[in-house]
Amino acid sequence: MLDYILKRVFQLVPALLLVSVVSFSIIYFAPGDPAEVLCTGPDGNVHPKSVEEFRIKMGLDKPLHIQYLIWLNNVLHGDFGYSYRSEKPVFDHIKRAFKATFKLSVVSLIVSLVISIPLGIVSAIKQNSTMDVSCMVGASLGVSMPNFWLGLLLMLLFGVYLNWLPVAGYGTGGDLEHIILPAITLGTGSAAVTARLMRSSMLEALGQDYIQTARAKGVSERVVIGKHALKNALIPVVTMVGLNFGYLLDGSVVVETIFGWPGLGRLIVDSINMRDYMMIQGCMVFVAILFVAVNLIVDISYRYIDPRICYETA
Amino acid sequence: MINLKTHFPTPDGIVRAVDRIDLSIREKETFGLIGETGCGKTVLGLTIMRLLPPSAAVEGKIIYKGKNLLEVSEPEMRGVRGEEIAMILQNPTTSLNPVLRVGEQIAEAIRLHQGLNKRDAKEKAIEMLGSVRISSPSRRTSEYPHEFSGGMKQRVMIAMGLACDPSLIIADEPTKGLDVTIKAQIIELITKVTEEKAMLLITHDLGVAMELCDRIALMYAGELVEYATAREIFDDPLHPYTRGFLGSLPNRGLVPIHGMSPSLIDLPRGCRFHPRCKHATEACRRKHPDMVEVEAGHFVRCFDA
Ligand SMILES: Nc1ncnc2c1ncn2[C@@H]1O[C@H](COP(=O)(O)OP(=O)(O)OP(=O)(O)O)[C@@H](O)[C@H]1O
Ligand SMILES: [Mg+2]
Repeated sequence: MLDYILKRVFQLVPALLLVSVVSFSIIYFAPGDPAEVLCTGPDGNVHPKSVEEFRIKMGLDKPLHIQYLIWLNNVLHGDFGYSYRSEKPVFDHIKRAFKATFKLSVVSLIVSLVISIPLGIVSAIKQNSTMDVSCMVGASLGVSMPNFWLGLLLMLLFGVYLNWLPVAGYGTGGDLEHIILPAITLGTGSAAVTARLMRSSMLEALGQDYIQTARAKGVSERVVIGKHALKNALIPVVTMVGLNFGYLLDGSVVVETIFGWPGLGRLIVDSINMRDYMMIQGCMVFVAILFVAVNLIVDISYRYIDPRICYETA
Repeated sequence: MINLKTHFPTPDGIVRAVDRIDLSIREKETFGLIGETGCGKTVLGLTIMRLLPPSAAVEGKIIYKGKNLLEVSEPEMRGVRGEEIAMILQNPTTSLNPVLRVGEQIAEAIRLHQGLNKRDAKEKAIEMLGSVRISSPSRRTSEYPHEFSGGMKQRVMIAMGLACDPSLIIADEPTKGLDVTIKAQIIELITKVTEEKAMLLITHDLGVAMELCDRIALMYAGELVEYATAREIFDDPLHPYTRGFLGSLPNRGLVPIHGMSPSLIDLPRGCRFHPRCKHATEACRRKHPDMVEVEAGHFVRCFDA
């Protein structure tokens, strides 16, 4: 198992290097000069002298490949540089934003699972019943409803009319009352997809011969479903939920923006708007690492729940 | 079983998978059920276990130890399954749950029916695996089905069926797809374990049936066409279908039966076998023959017998 993990981690190195090159260079090909943006005075005039100073201070005067190597070396030492704007370490910003996003992601995931897994199972068991049909219609609605719209609706209903929950914001540190609405907004979208997958893989599992074997042993229907079928049906669902969680962790720009949630998605968009190069690069690399890490964890857990995988050579 | 019928209503018409079957299996007897593919053998087994999908319409009676199994409640039926009547399903490769340990799959029924705790049930499962001659059974119980070969999976299925010491075992094609040596071993195993039990052995393989069974029934297109002791079927087959089946054995010249078995939706009028029968007469085309007892215990559904 350890061999496998090491091997997988090793395989990630070229991919991550590529990400670093791309994220480093894309920004230099993009129009707009950070030094000029930042050194524009309140009167709208650019002061050439301060632009020059800023360039030298931030190392922007050196050739591109040297800049890259310096940056890469720093990144490898855990130093993502300084934000041009706040002049604080990039990593501090990322850490703070990631904490917010992580909280939101976990709660959304819980919301999503609590809705989707039972609904998917019930729909599968009562296939073609009114219950099943209404669940699946609900799921279709859930998939097709855009997040910003759902978010605004929830905000209107619970924040404005009922006045139960704060409309937006982070509170003192992402408190529960602030997290509920964005989490529901994010959770329902993925719940719809998960419920459909849960239903179809449950149906498939229930049609297998080993289910008949279990019934022939005299096992009750509850155990047949909850143990024999569910364990098989969860295999594809776990993969999908894991990948979904990976996406959640990157931060949802839309939901974070609507609800004023200071997460990764917003951090990235803000830094792009501000041409905060160091920050954009740092975020891109961070998100890439996050994504491959989540993938790796999913793969490993997949091997854990599906015993057939372990013995194949990966 | 008295006048047992299992029909499946489908969009194309009614599938008469089991049609008016009367037969009785005695205590400690091995009863063979033989027929071509698709004639309804598995459906008959599942009907006894009451494991058919809800769409199936079942009529008739299945009397087991004085009770009609078609009338008992579902919880009571669960008590019968695995404990009193066990079914070894065909196709061991897909009939074992791929994500549960083999030991757990065997122990499950033991825990359920005999109320043993986890550890004792596991002990018993190891013992069962040993009794179907799987080497180092205690290590094997914690493995998963994909680590077993085909013959070993079949043994596991048998161990699972025998786990609670049922009095009737329905074994659906336990020797299908096994090579000759493994087949011989499985046959030997079945002979040994079924000495004390009644067994309904479903098979394509007349050779296997001859070796294992006391009595044999031949099934054709959902109904029985002949049944008698294994000896009599072998020495004195009366139905043309039985003769055809015997003639297709390797040591009897491998002569196949002509034609195909009919669709169970659109059965031929008259005798169901007449389109394939060399001796068919006008009567066979018009009238459906009844089962008649030609000798004591030897029943045939043919005008010619
Ligand atoms: N759930 C069902 N709905 C409709 N028809 C069915 C159903 N189950 C079985 N049948 C039909 O019943 C017939 C008998 O099937 P069965 O599985 O009993 O055959 P078999 O004799 O066991 O064949 P084999 O030797 O290949 O196992 C087949 O024609 C099959 O298509
Ligand atoms: Mg069959």
